[in-house]
Amino acid sequence: MIPTILFYLFAAVLIGSATMVVSARNPVHSVLFLILAFFNAAALFLIAGAEFLAMTLVIVYVGAVAVLFLFVVMMLDIDFEELRSGFQRYLPVGGLVGAVLFVELLMVYGGWKLAPDAAKVALSPMPSNVSNTVALGRILYTDYVFLFQASGAVLLVAMIGAIVLTLRDRRTSRHQSIRVQTERNAADTLVMVPTALGVGVKAADIRRPIVAEPEPAHADHGHGDHGHGGHGHGH
Amino acid sequence: MIYALAIFAPLVGACIAGLLGRVIGDRGAMTASVAGMVVAAICGPLAFFQLVSGAAEPGVVHLGTWIEAGRFTVSWSLRYDTLSAVMVGMVSFVAMLIHVYSIGYMSHDPSRARFFAYLSLFTFAMLMLVTADNLLQLFFGWEGVGLCSYLLIGFWYDRPSACAAAIKAFVVNRVADLPFAVGLAMIFMTFGSIEFATILDPKLVAQHAKDTYSLFGCTFPALEVIGFLLFIGAMGKSAQLFLHVWLPDAMEGPTPVSALIHAATMVTAGVFLMARMSPVMELAPYALGFVTFIGASTALFAATIGCVQNDIKRVIAYSTCSQLGYMFVAAGVGAYQASVYHLITHAFFKALLFLSAGSVIHAMSDEQDIRKMGGLARLIPATCAVMWIGNLALAGIPPFAGFYSKDAIIEAAFAAHSAVGNYAFFCTVVAAFLTAFYSWRLLFMTFHGKSRADHHALEHAHESPYVMLMPLFVLALGAIVAGFATVNAFIGDGQAAFWAGAIWTHPDNHVLEHAHHVPTWVKILPIFTAVAGIALAWVMYIANPLLPVRLANSFRPIYLFLLNKWYFDELYNAIIVRPILCIARGFWKIGDEAMIDGVPNGLAELTAGTSRQTVKIQTGSLAVYAFVMLIGVVALIGLYMLVR
Amino acid sequence: MMDVSLGHYLVVSAILLVLGVFGIFLNRKNIIVILMAIELILLSVNLNLVAFSAALNDLAGQVLAMLVLTVAAAEAAIGLAIVVIYFRNRGSIQVEDVNLMKG
Repeated sequence: MIPTILFYLFAAVLIGSATMVVSARNPVHSVLFLILAFFNAAALFLIAGAEFLAMTLVIVYVGAVAVLFLFVVMMLDIDFEELRSGFQRYLPVGGLVGAVLFVELLMVYGGWKLAPDAAKVALSPMPSNVSNTVALGRILYTDYVFLFQASGAVLLVAMIGAIVLTLRDRRTSRHQSIRVQTERNAADTLVMVPTALGVGVKAADIRRPIVAEPEPAHADHGHGDHGHGGHGHGH
Repeated sequence: MIYALAIFAPLVGACIAGLLGRVIGDRGAMTASVAGMVVAAICGPLAFFQLVSGAAEPGVVHLGTWIEAGRFTVSWSLRYDTLSAVMVGMVSFVAMLIHVYSIGYMSHDPSRARFFAYLSLFTFAMLMLVTADNLLQLFFGWEGVGLCSYLLIGFWYDRPSACAAAIKAFVVNRVADLPFAVGLAMIFMTFGSIEFATILDPKLVAQHAKDTYSLFGCTFPALEVIGFLLFIGAMGKSAQLFLHVWLPDAMEGPTPVSALIHAATMVTAGVFLMARMSPVMELAPYALGFVTFIGASTALFAATIGCVQNDIKRVIAYSTCSQLGYMFVAAGVGAYQASVYHLITHAFFKALLFLSAGSVIHAMSDEQDIRKMGGLARLIPATCAVMWIGNLALAGIPPFAGFYSKDAIIEAAFAAHSAVGNYAFFCTVVAAFLTAFYSWRLLFMTFHGKSRADHHALEHAHESPYVMLMPLFVLALGAIVAGFATVNAFIGDGQAAFWAGAIWTHPDNHVLEHAHHVPTWVKILPIFTAVAGIALAWVMYIANPLLPVRLANSFRPIYLFLLNKWYFDELYNAIIVRPILCIARGFWKIGDEAMIDGVPNGLAELTAGTSRQTVKIQTGSLAVYAFVMLIGVVALIGLYMLVR
Repeated sequence: MMDVSLGHYLVVSAILLVLGVFGIFLNRKNIIVILMAIELILLSVNLNLVAFSAALNDLAGQVLAMLVLTVAAAEAAIGLAIVVIYFRNRGSIQVEDVNLMKG
């Protein structure tokens, strides 16, 4: 009884916050609603009996992924966006597609039956005397060790990839280059200027050479802007 | 063996001059070629005299097998009988003289080796033609002389007019060669063989006399069809009436070429064919009538044009055309012996005329227009003398060679006593008058009267070197003597023994005998008309030089009609050449470019166009891509559900 | 009120999936919302797996859910890194402005 009520409660909030994720105007609100959705999903997992996974969901998804989203949203300084007119244009088709998908899924669920001997072909039967965490631990490092290592590799690659993509190596400090300093010779720094006696350097018109300002780095526009709004519509 | 040597010596000379010409130089090539011809000129007449005197027997020299394909076998063999031997003797001798002449005439030409190689190759092909023992080998020689004619007419290939003339000659010959080939095939169909031993055997031919050939529902006698087709081939090669258009233009080639090919040898191949195929032709009276008709018409037609031409070589070219008409008249009425006789004498005096024209051109620094000549008799007397001799022979003045042969033809035409024979008699007599007229017109305008030549040309006018004059003297001797010395053998009482079956006439064919017994007025009419022609020419070109101009102006349309060769070239251009070019252009633009090229080009355009349209799917917009992906997922799920 | 059965969980998961799908292409605001929608989809998948694991008494579902979690975290990290550099280069993360992938 109680689990049922709790299930409906958490499910409702989950679906509501999911809706708000995609339709909130403020992107920060979207992220926050996403966090709420994750929490509710974790609660649903708990009701289903997968407590380890529920906690992992909270730690990883909420603690890492959602925070990352928040970082990026803040960093990119995204403005509030008015809903563009294009939203309405795609609504019928998009709604149709979504509805079709939903109906298909329901049909699958409706026509699905559990085979009578399904319990015998279970890949890794749930032991009844230990907790979920212990049971998962028992099989994760033995039966599924390859997958476990592979997921480690995936994470490694993702980390390297993120660093490679976004690292901007800007030398913001002035530092010495000993090599340049020791290779310096007089011709690089001194110029002998003969001047007449009693005239001085001003008449010889010796001035400090003017160094041209370096050009500010432009963003590379590639093929150039094709203009806004022309593409993406009408397909 | 002497016979085979006579025929292959020119080939050896041609190969050495042609293939090794670069290595051994022009003089070496000339020497090789002339040496080969001298050998041939010794062996050819020698073989002829041996046969005629009885020292050698007629027969066949078998050289090897060419084709063996089931029932169809063809071999390389040389036929040794009177007709072939007399042709070999004439061709080799005259060709040798022309080779010697060319040493002098072409002395300034940079590609002499090529010239002599072609000349000797031509001689070989002609000898192959006349000594063939089967029709395919004859056709080989036929095509060979056609090829060499093309090469030699277009010898100076940097002249566009020469190239065009060479192509014209070859194409017109080709047009005629198709009926010839069809005739050859029909002979094989009718007789089962193309060996002369079979198809020229009178008894065998008589067995097929009633054979018929049906085409499109009409039946024709097979031998008549064969006769027609072979004669059309001869028409092309011998420049008869409708296929004559190439002969005047062929004068673009050097003068020795005109002398050899277009006077003595190649153009006579058609006449030779008629004489050779006499057993078959005799049984095709309608074909023979057609031959007579065309021959007579050509004789008259060419003579009318020759009267107004102004190029020295063209006058002689039309004269050749006209004389060939005479030869076909003789063949058509059944007097083949007379036609071959005229062929031989004509070879001598026509070659003489061409070579002396070449001498005149050489003397006048390559001037060929007789309106710019005149009064050259004192400057080049030897050439003048031999040209007089040649023209006397041509006009048929006794005792020169032409008198005997030409008169024989005119008498034979009268003696035929047929409608077409009478037409031929009329045409040949009028043509004799015109022949004398234009020949003396040529002589008077070139050698006599007041000189109209350019000063510089007159200053340089000189007699030709001996290497050019000697052949002229020899030919002049032939033009004088060849008549009365040989008339008995060729067409007189000794003709049956002389020919010994090489020419066969039907037992009912007595035209040659009747020709000797025609009324006296018929016998003296040609001489009378010739003298009248000479007199008229004297009146118009010596006594009253303004008369031709006034006549031309008063009868201007007729004058232009004759000057423009009866507008045959323009007619053919409009009727044949332009439509063919139009059709060809249609095939090119529509058939080839649009349709055949259209397939790969169209495919390429299709591919490119499709990809150009397909690329528009790639919008580059993230939203669209995400959209499409999701729709794809939904569709896949739907598909999966439908299938399951 | 019925007992909470597998079906309930599956319905919730389906709704979450559809919401995530809506979020991807009905969104005209910025790319980060797309990434968050993807997280929602992955969450729905996790819910599905855990529900089946509970119903079938099979721990494999939970192991798989944990791996999905790992991959989702990695993908979120990389995706956000890409968004950051994209913003550095283009100055905007409006979805309509991301149109340079034209082929």
